[in-house]
Amino acid sequence: MPAGTLYRGREGMWSWVAHRVTGVLIFFFLFAHVLDTALVRVSPESYDTVIQTYKTPLVNLMEYGLVAAILFHALNGLRVVAVDFWSKGPKYQKQMLWTVVGVWVVLMAGSFYGILQHTLIAWFGK
Amino acid sequence: MSTEYSDAIVVPSKQAHTGKGLGTGNPADAFVIEPPRQRTKKTPRRTRTNFEMLAWLFMRLSGVVLVVLILGHLLIMLVFDGGVSKIGFAFVAGRWASPFWQGWDLLMLWLAMLHGANGMRQVINDYAEKDSTRLWLKGLMGTATVFTVLLGTLVIFTFDPNI
Repeated sequence: MPAGTLYRGREGMWSWVAHRVTGVLIFFFLFAHVLDTALVRVSPESYDTVIQTYKTPLVNLMEYGLVAAILFHALNGLRVVAVDFWSKGPKYQKQMLWTVVGVWVVLMAGSFYGILQHTLIAWFGK
Repeated sequence: MSTEYSDAIVVPSKQAHTGKGLGTGNPADAFVIEPPRQRTKKTPRRTRTNFEMLAWLFMRLSGVVLVVLILGHLLIMLVFDGGVSKIGFAFVAGRWASPFWQGWDLLMLWLAMLHGANGMRQVINDYAEKDSTRLWLKGLMGTATVFTVLLGTLVIFTFDPNI
């Protein structure tokens, strides 16, 4: 790693690291997602075949992971906007980060069944 | 860590901007952080636009819009109405029959790709130290971005439910 990449190592730095990591992950997924959607221009069968992989338990779990990354990036992104545009933003950045983490935990718990219902119903029935 | 200022070395301001540290022979020199706007021989005398400020502003504005577009997209696709199980060609055809959802997806595609591409540009600039590596990575990433945005746009505009 280039010198000067690690900075102090507190909430501000780690939220920045997490924002980068989730951002890069989401960007790579986006390429794959546009390509798989483009199959609707090939044939309904080829699209449906590829979409079937999104319904397997492992990929269904990865969708929950994708939502985890997107939710953190979205909530922390709003915090970054607040830090940049709200006069008291920098003062409360730490409290805002813990708010982000709290809301993230609630939303992840709340969407657990919704996102994984396809797998849960297949395994355990209605 | 003790801080001693008594034998601090005064460096002429020119020397601190050469990219070679302070040149004092002290290993800690390597950790001197260069000013972000350090001028090199290749730097134009005057920058014509405020590109970096506009990019910074775009990240914030597109970010706020994307929160709404993407969280809505995720709820519809992954949570409502049976979650991922309902998705298929027929479901896509039903949604893209409406110009509203076509517009939603088109805006989401463009904003997300440009937001992601600018984020990757920052990451590449931060970690790739060699000029040629930076150039190649950004060229590759830019090409892939243009290709993907154009492909996605073409798919939305030319979608045919009776294919």
